[in-house]
Parts: sequence; C-alpha cells; structure tokens
Amino acid sequence: MLRKRSYFKSKGLAYLLVLPQIIITATFFYWPAIRGIVSSFMRSDPFGLKSTFIWFDNYINLFKDPLYLKSIVITLIFSGSVALLSISCGLFLASMANRALRFTALTRTLLIWPYAVAPAISGILWLFLLHPSYGVVAIWLNRVFGLNWNPLLSSRDAMLMVVLASSWKNISYNFVFFLAGLQAIPKSLIEAAAMDGASPFRRFWSITFPLLSPTMFFVTVMTIIFSFFESFGVIHAVTQGGPGGSTNILVYKVYQDGFIGLNLGSSSAQSVVLMLLIVFITILQFKFVERKVQYTG
Amino acid sequence: MSFKRISLILTLVFVFSFIESAFAKPIEIHWWHAMRGSRGEVVQKIVDDFNKSQSDYKVIATYKGEYDEVLNAAIAAVRAGKQPHIIQVFEVGTQTMMMSGMVYPVYKLMDDYGYKIDWSRYLQPVLSYYVNEDNKLMSMPFNSSTPVMYYNVDMFKKAGIGRLSKEKPITWDELGEITEKIAKLGVKGGLVTAWQSWTQIENYSAIHDLPFATKANGYEGLDVQLTINNDKVVNHIARLKKWMDDGNRFFYGGQKYQGPKSEFIAQNAGVYIDSISAIAKLQSSVKDFEWDIAPLPVESWMAEPQNSIIGGASLWVFKGKKKNEYKGVAAFMKYLANTDVQILWHKETGYFPITLDAYEKLKSEGYYEKYPYQEVGIKQLTRRNPTKSSRGIRLGYFVQIRNIINEELELVWNGKKTAKEALDSAVERSNIKLSEFAKTYK
Repeated sequence: MLRKRSYFKSKGLAYLLVLPQIIITATFFYWPAIRGIVSSFMRSDPFGLKSTFIWFDNYINLFKDPLYLKSIVITLIFSGSVALLSISCGLFLASMANRALRFTALTRTLLIWPYAVAPAISGILWLFLLHPSYGVVAIWLNRVFGLNWNPLLSSRDAMLMVVLASSWKNISYNFVFFLAGLQAIPKSLIEAAAMDGASPFRRFWSITFPLLSPTMFFVTVMTIIFSFFESFGVIHAVTQGGPGGSTNILVYKVYQDGFIGLNLGSSSAQSVVLMLLIVFITILQFKFVERKVQYTG
Repeated sequence: MSFKRISLILTLVFVFSFIESAFAKPIEIHWWHAMRGSRGEVVQKIVDDFNKSQSDYKVIATYKGEYDEVLNAAIAAVRAGKQPHIIQVFEVGTQTMMMSGMVYPVYKLMDDYGYKIDWSRYLQPVLSYYVNEDNKLMSMPFNSSTPVMYYNVDMFKKAGIGRLSKEKPITWDELGEITEKIAKLGVKGGLVTAWQSWTQIENYSAIHDLPFATKANGYEGLDVQLTINNDKVVNHIARLKKWMDDGNRFFYGGQKYQGPKSEFIAQNAGVYIDSISAIAKLQSSVKDFEWDIAPLPVESWMAEPQNSIIGGASLWVFKGKKKNEYKGVAAFMKYLANTDVQILWHKETGYFPITLDAYEKLKSEGYYEKYPYQEVGIKQLTRRNPTKSSRGIRLGYFVQIRNIINEELELVWNGKKTAKEALDSAVERSNIKLSEFAKTYK
C-alpha cells in the first residue's frame, strides 16, 4: 500500500512557510477591512481625535438619502452595460483573431494593448474624442449629423461616454481569456461538425460556446467586479460623477465623501455596503449562472 | 582587530563628530504644498532664497498633489505622528483645520517667538477669511485670489462694444445685452463661468451682501444652515438658465476649471468669469486675440456693491514640534510676508500680494499703469470693508457642500430642475451635512 509521504516532518515548518502570506493578507486586507467596518459605526473628525460610537446612524442616513439609492441604480446600469459591451466585443474579437492566419502576433498585441493603459489615461483619451468642445468625434458628429452630443449636460451622453471608456479597457482583458479558451477547444470537434454539414453559426453555438462557458463565467464575474471598482479612474478623469450626479457610481461616491469630503464615517459605511453588494452579486452568479457552466476534463 | 586599528577608528569617529557639531546641520522645516507647474517653480524659488538668506534653518517644500491630496496626506501624517511643520490648505478646508485641535495658531506662533506684526498692514478681506471668532489670525494667507470677469476685446469690438471700466462694475442687465450681441456674432456662447459655486453663488452673495449661511456665514457657531435659496440668488440662477436657453448667451463649460478656461481661449465665449489667478495661464496661451479684465457684474439695485471674497489657500502650522523648529517656522512666515517676496509672488502668479506695503510699492513703481488688469481683483476685493456676509464662509464639510451645489446647478442647466427646486434641494442636502459636522464636534 502506498503511504502518503510528507516532505515536512513537523507541522511547524509548514506554518512558518505560509506565515508571510498570512501576515501580508492580514495587514493589507483583513486589518483595513475590520477598521473600515469599525469606523462605519463611528462619527469621527478627519484627524481621528474625536470619535463617537453611533450604532447604525451612518447606514440609516445613507439609505434615507434618495441620491444614494439612485447611485446604486446607476452603478448597476453602468456595470451591466460595461459587462455586456466588453464581453460581447471581447468574444467577437477573440473568435476573429482565432481565425486570423496572417499577422497573428501583431493583431493580438494590438488588441491586448488597451489593457496596459492606465484607467485615467484612457479616460483622457476618450475625452479628447468625445468632449463637446474639443472632442474630435463629438465635433464631427455635430457637423455631419447635426447631433447635439453633450456629455457635460446630458446624463445619457455622459453615461454612454463612461461606459465606452471603461469597456474599451475591459475588452482587451476579456479578449485574452476568450482567445486562450478558444485555442483550448479541440479542432477535431469543430472539423467533425463541419463535415456533418453544420453551419459556422451552428458550430459556434452548439460546440464552441458551451465549451467556452467556464471562461465566459470567469470573465463575467471579473468584469462585474472590475466595473464596480476599477472604473474609478475613468469616472474621475471624464465626468467626476456629473452631470448632476448621473455617473456617480458607488465607488466614486466613496472616494468623494471620504477622501475629498473627509466624511469618514459615511464613507466607511458606503464601502461596507459596496462590499456586501459585490459579495451578494458574486454569490448570485455562482448559484445561478454557474449551473449552466460545463466544465470538461 | 588590533588596538591600533580600534584607536584609529575611534579617532576618526571623534573627529567626524567634532566636524558635525562645528558645522551643525540647519534645522529642517517641512512644508507640504499643492503648487504645481509654474506656481510650483515660484514656490521653490522663494524657498531657495530663504534658505540662502540664513543658515539656521532649511525649509524643504514638497509638492504633495492637489489641495485635497495635500490635506489627506497631512491627515494620514498626523495620525502617524509624523506631520510636517507647515501645510497649505485650500480655503474650503479652513473650518476642518480650525476644529482639528492640531493647529498652532499663527498669531500665537508669531507672538511666542517675538515677531511683532502689525496685522492692519495686511489686506483685510484676505485676513478676515482666516481669523477666529476673536479676530485673531489662525493661518497665514498664502495664495489668495478672487473671481473677476475676463473678456475678449476683439470680439467686443466686432460686436460694437467698447472696453469696460476696471473699477465700476457693469450691471447684470448690461451683461445681458453684451452677451446677446456676442451670441449674434455666431460664437458658441456669450458667457462661460468656472467654479460655478464659488463665482455665481458664494461671491454673488458676498457682493450683494446676502448671507450664504446663517450665523454670519458660519463664523459664529457650528449649528449653521445654508440660506442660498433666497429670491435673489434663485433669480440670478434662473436668469443664467434663461440666457442659456435663449440664444446661447450662457453655456456650461463643465465642472473642472480647465473646461471653461479652454472655451475662452478657443474663443467659444466672449466673457469668462474665473479666478484672477487665471491671468498667468491666459498670458502664456492666448496669442490670437486681446483680452482684458473687469470687475464682476452687480445687480442694478445694488448701488454700493460689497467686496468679493477670496479663494485659494493659506498656510497652517501643526502642533507637536520642537521649540527651535517653531522659531524657524515663524522666521519663514515672516519672510513670506516680505514686500519683495509678495511682489514676486504677485507678478509671477496673479495671486494677491497680502501686505499693503507690497501693494503700495507696486503702485509707486507704476506696475499697475503698465499692467492695469492686475489691479482689478485687488480693487474689487478692497472696495469696501467686509460685512458679516462678505468676510468669508466658514462651513464644515464645505467640499461636500460645494459638490452638492455643483450637482444641483447642473440639474438646472440640463433642465431637470428649476432654479428654485435645485437651490431648495441644495440647501436641504447641505443642512444634513452641516448638522452631521456639528455633531462631530459636540
């Protein structure tokens, strides 16, 4: 009978080896998270000299504020649109790139490139395209179609602009995973289907897509999380939450109230709500979406 | 190790420590500021000059980011017990700093270290923003500005409008006629304004002697409420909205100050309201047209308009440092108020000189005859003694309140709310913040 042979004679060494990782996680994740939760129950001055424990007042004030509820809706619309746009475009580009024979390396590099651009920079780039006064595309839209594109005033235009700017970055990220997923699909399956006379669309829908579902699931979860948190830089550079708070997504509100407004209690409460919301959405995804995922191998 | 070697090392250590004490290092004084680009260079020049002028102290000026980032860095530093000696805080952070319990008041610092300063030789409307309830100066004003009206002289000529007076403000009705004429030229819009809360509500209220908030704009207590939903301010905002809808006489250039400024530079607007400190940028970037400055317009019913209020930042000294370091801080503060330093600062940046000595010297040198537009802000600021409504605004969570006002005004501009609805809701939302702030310090 085979005996499990452990390399470590004592448990002590094993613990010692994982200790650095535990310390890092505890210092940079658990400790701040606990501090955040604690301070969400406090009312304190910016310098932290005076703090009073106020139970759930910060949370109650938050949910009494109609604008906060509006901000939740805005966040859901925003991240839903970013997910839809960046996943569909990423998948489309990946399946095209998977078929491309010439200039493969170049095409792929170019497609991955946007991901390397910092969110704030990508925001500025989009501003140069879509700003009503100096945006190249905006001016052209106005001149050719007479379209009055104005994200400085119109909530809809502003939302569209930040969705575009955030998706643009995410498309590359999704593209990488979809491409890897597509290349892992055995060619023989598709060839067999082709010989049976299945159309390209049918081949994609019945073979590629189901085999790609684990990737799809992973990418969806990641994109939702990204759009909740990483889009901060884009919002900050492009609209700063405006006009009239119409692009003020939750994470930007946390920053505005906490770091600029120095209202730490409310800001902490908002981050706790944000954390709970993302946990809830992730659980939902694992519970309902993952059932449809087929893991092979 | 041999005895010889040890004795050699000991000798060297002794010699070096002797040298060290003979050439004692100057005491370091740390100053965190938010002045970037050309302003940052001027700051560095002033600091270098101070360091060269004596050998006891060495001021180290560090750019820590935008105003809010400097304040955040300082708060984190205070919490870690490693605060700098001096920090530059924007005017909206004044209440936060005053209530922080971490401040060594400037008037006390100067008294404690033997600097007899005649505060009456300073520009009063600037000082009055930073005094406590006993009229004692809490922080040293550094960069102060006030909003003025810039206009495109060439565009005015084309529309048949002459130059405006640099002392007597035009009325808002006259500005209405001007913007109408300019809009007819086919430009994108007549008027554009930066920092809308600061220029169109805070300063509008001050100039027309209307309270911005109760308790003398917050100077006399923490249980404060905003009062900006009064008829006069509502009418003003409604009028701007009417100008916007009616022939592009006013347009919104965005929240950030770069937006409106670039609209003016691109000649999309004939009239542009912004801080006097925009001069530096206009001087360097406007090549293809002539611009000039006039005081902010006033209502026709306001026969004797009040002074405008300032923006910008002041220097705060933190508690918890050594006595000999504070001596250096006091010396540096005194140096900053020197006439020559103030003149340099004013000429290079457009910000006000804070002392009357500097202002009078510039006048006697004929500086303002050569650059008359540089004087418009000072004249507007000092045209009358500040009243309770025009000496400044002292509110907690003021940054958030400005954000709220910004948001609500945007809802007026895009037609979702009327001026009255927006200002009512701005007041209501701000009052919640103000009462939270008051509770924090109970």
